[in-house]
Amino acid sequence: MAVAESTETFVGSSVKRREDASLLRGTGTFVDNLTLPGTVYLAVVRSPYPHARIASVSLDAAREAEGVVAAFSGADLAGDWAGSMPCAWPVTEDIKMPPHFPLSSDVARYQGDGVAVVVAESRALAKDAAELVEVEYEPLDAIAHVEKALEDGAPLVHEDVGTNECYVWKLETDDFQVALDAADVVVTRRYFQPRLIPNAMEPRGVLAQPGPAGDMTVWSSTQVPHILRFTMQLVLGIPESKMRVIAPDVGGGFGSKVEVYAEEYLAVALAKRLGRPVKWTEERAEGYQATIHGRDVVHQLTLAATKDGTVTAVKSEALCAMGAYLQLVTPGIPLLGAWIYSGPYAIPNYSVTFTGVFTHTTPTDAYRGAGRPEATYVLERTMDALAAELGIDRVELRRKNFVQEFPYAMASGLTIDSGDYEASLDRLLELLDLPAIQAEQEERRARDDVKQLGVGFSTYNEMCGLAPSRILGAIRYAVGGWDSATIRFQPLGSVQVVTGTSPHGQGHETAWAQIVADELGVDIDDVEVLHGDTAVSQLGMDTYGSRSLTVGGIALWHAGQKVIEKAQAIVAHQLEVSEADLEFSGGAFTVKGSPDRSMGIKDVAFQAHAAHNLPDGMEPGLEATAVFDPPNFSWPAGAHAAVVEVDTETGDTRIVRYVAVDDVGSPVNPMIIDGQVHGGITQGVAAALFEEGAYDEDANLMTTTMTTYLVPSAAEIPPYETDRTRTEGDNPLGVKGVGETGTIAAAPAVINAVVDALSHLGVKDVQMPATPERVWNAIQEVRT
Amino acid sequence: MRSVALTVNGTRHELELEPRELLVFVLRERLGLTGTNVGCDTSSCGACTVLVNAESVKACTMLGVQADGLEITTIEGLARNGELHPVQQAFHDEHALQCGFCTPGMVLAAVSLIEAGEATDEDAIRLGLEGNLCRCTGYHNIVRAVASAAGVSA
Repeated sequence: MAVAESTETFVGSSVKRREDASLLRGTGTFVDNLTLPGTVYLAVVRSPYPHARIASVSLDAAREAEGVVAAFSGADLAGDWAGSMPCAWPVTEDIKMPPHFPLSSDVARYQGDGVAVVVAESRALAKDAAELVEVEYEPLDAIAHVEKALEDGAPLVHEDVGTNECYVWKLETDDFQVALDAADVVVTRRYFQPRLIPNAMEPRGVLAQPGPAGDMTVWSSTQVPHILRFTMQLVLGIPESKMRVIAPDVGGGFGSKVEVYAEEYLAVALAKRLGRPVKWTEERAEGYQATIHGRDVVHQLTLAATKDGTVTAVKSEALCAMGAYLQLVTPGIPLLGAWIYSGPYAIPNYSVTFTGVFTHTTPTDAYRGAGRPEATYVLERTMDALAAELGIDRVELRRKNFVQEFPYAMASGLTIDSGDYEASLDRLLELLDLPAIQAEQEERRARDDVKQLGVGFSTYNEMCGLAPSRILGAIRYAVGGWDSATIRFQPLGSVQVVTGTSPHGQGHETAWAQIVADELGVDIDDVEVLHGDTAVSQLGMDTYGSRSLTVGGIALWHAGQKVIEKAQAIVAHQLEVSEADLEFSGGAFTVKGSPDRSMGIKDVAFQAHAAHNLPDGMEPGLEATAVFDPPNFSWPAGAHAAVVEVDTETGDTRIVRYVAVDDVGSPVNPMIIDGQVHGGITQGVAAALFEEGAYDEDANLMTTTMTTYLVPSAAEIPPYETDRTRTEGDNPLGVKGVGETGTIAAAPAVINAVVDALSHLGVKDVQMPATPERVWNAIQEVRT
Repeated sequence: MRSVALTVNGTRHELELEPRELLVFVLRERLGLTGTNVGCDTSSCGACTVLVNAESVKACTMLGVQADGLEITTIEGLARNGELHPVQQAFHDEHALQCGFCTPGMVLAAVSLIEAGEATDEDAIRLGLEGNLCRCTGYHNIVRAVASAAGVSA
């Protein structure tokens, strides 16, 4: 391809982002910035109870309030829904999938469950009127914790389901128990990974505009405009052909916007009823209750090994909170980690059991890493425990068990295309200078320093780039995992790219232009990238699971090859040579051996549009669409280390260094990769030290705003030292996913470091997040 | 309703405001200056940071009527003659923004920090920006950008 032959390429360079120009000037198109003439505003009345029967809803006072256009209860709108809000991942045949409607009309099942809506002429008037809606509730017992929810007599989230057990999913290799029984050493540890509240900086928002012919345009702060379009048909009966969905500038998602939420259906339903544009913007406190949460998993992890430290078996048993309802892919989130409980290690015997559990809580779903941080955390924490049990150095234990040869067929059933796990670890150790850290640790221990030093490791791999459609089908996911791209030369030679991916901070407009500019040999400024509008991008599966580059980017490359093929046929025809006699480089076709006989691709584009002299039967125009279905997942990997200082008198933990070495394949834009890594690590660090979405015993959410849930600021976060090693991903660009690696790797590195800092005192575990209180208590427990 | 006169990005506006209207909604909904974002409603995130008489203020902590007679700079007023302000330029150069939602507030907080002479080193910058949350960048490149604009090393 042209890329390899050119000395100066865009791919591999830190091209500055074209997205910045508007965002830096405050001219971004976030949904709340858009208002149409005649817009009315939606406010949702939410249950203050985690579990309550809705005895009555009185809307009279609200309807009479200033500026109110309409108000509805759940019962009033029950006839508007063609079907339940869909869950696209029924992970087992006998999974319990209770219906889920945008408003509850009989029972509220979590704090924040919507029970009525008010529509008014302004945001403030809608909110005023919502407070006048009188709902009579009969409170019922509620449960927030997965283990308690499975106890006999626990309050049921869905009475008619008869149990809080949503599903049991199992994956086990033959003769697993035999291998476990034969092991010299078996280590079992229990872990609780609390809820995390995604907190994309832009709250969710939607604006629905009804058209004159039953058509509808929806602007949404979403990661998934294409998915939103077809779920609207399922829930509201509006055919996809009448529905245009636009994801304008979207202010972060981290998985929380891989959803179609109640408010999006409500806005469209009410726009349809009222014949006016309807807008809703989430308030942050509302988002804490009504936007999905991540994690909330209780694990028991077992590692079995021989005396010399060869890990022979891994067994994971997990209780996974679903929350009160199944959102788009709620039950499938644990499965995204199900194949990687062996991590980067060659572990031949494998057993995973997930139990999905309903609780009276906000539904869970994808939050950055989705299933893989959960698996990696318990594995990497237990690797440290196993090393301690065996008396083997934890770094050497990891190294000894690394997968060495690729492609590697894992016991869990998937195949890793490429990797070099030792290379990342070696580079990490080089950057870290471990002997110096350990010497200082020894000194501090010797003098019983108040501030103790610890270093923690996390060597990880992960599966991303969602996903091969056949595999998705085999694991009962409802739709496919392909993506599409169109490359279209305009008559005068500029290039329009349409992608099915839907960025919200990842810089696709810049990176996609880099790929196309190199492949077609055109200037990067001649390439425009369109996305996030179903009227422009007809085919797409959107952005999540670190899939955009490894699926959408490869589709783009294939579309480029098709364009080059067509252009080559035109050139061969016009120069009267055979196609095989042409070579394409730097944007020009040249007859081999005759450098003076050539034609630039922009000239070809004009010829294709003029269509005066094309091969017989060829369609005019120079454009192509490719749909790419990846044959495998993408397998980034790496080695991270955190160095922490723990104040043994206050329990305060500070990260003094964080070093990350990742293998994310061939880099397209190193600057953007580093940014993804920094942001990813920060969300892992936040989970390790700061963030916890907490419910009380009665299922009341206690962390309801940013004042009680600690999203870290620059003052809590360290600078990062990052580097990369490189093995090529098995695709034409050699790329791998990067969006989630940092989050997957970071939490265990930090907690392992905290435990390491205190291990000489006898501390073996600290519950995450390792707040000063928890760390201090862990120290007191071993001292008494 | 109360009559209020405020100057925003050099232009004087005379408005009739409800006393309960927050400055941020006055800017966004009355004046159409949607560059100032609302991120949290609890004065925690700093997305709505603007300059009021050259000092950074979270525009959700202030009522529109309190801005009577004051001079306000929003992100829309920072670039001059089409040229980015040095802090905006540094954010672009150092890849200090991803989704861009926190960016207007972060940039204005940084402008204020630098102009107050408080962006003296990495720690001071991190501490000085603690009222502004970003979920994308992990702050690493924001700190580098602010240091670069302030002419200090980080």
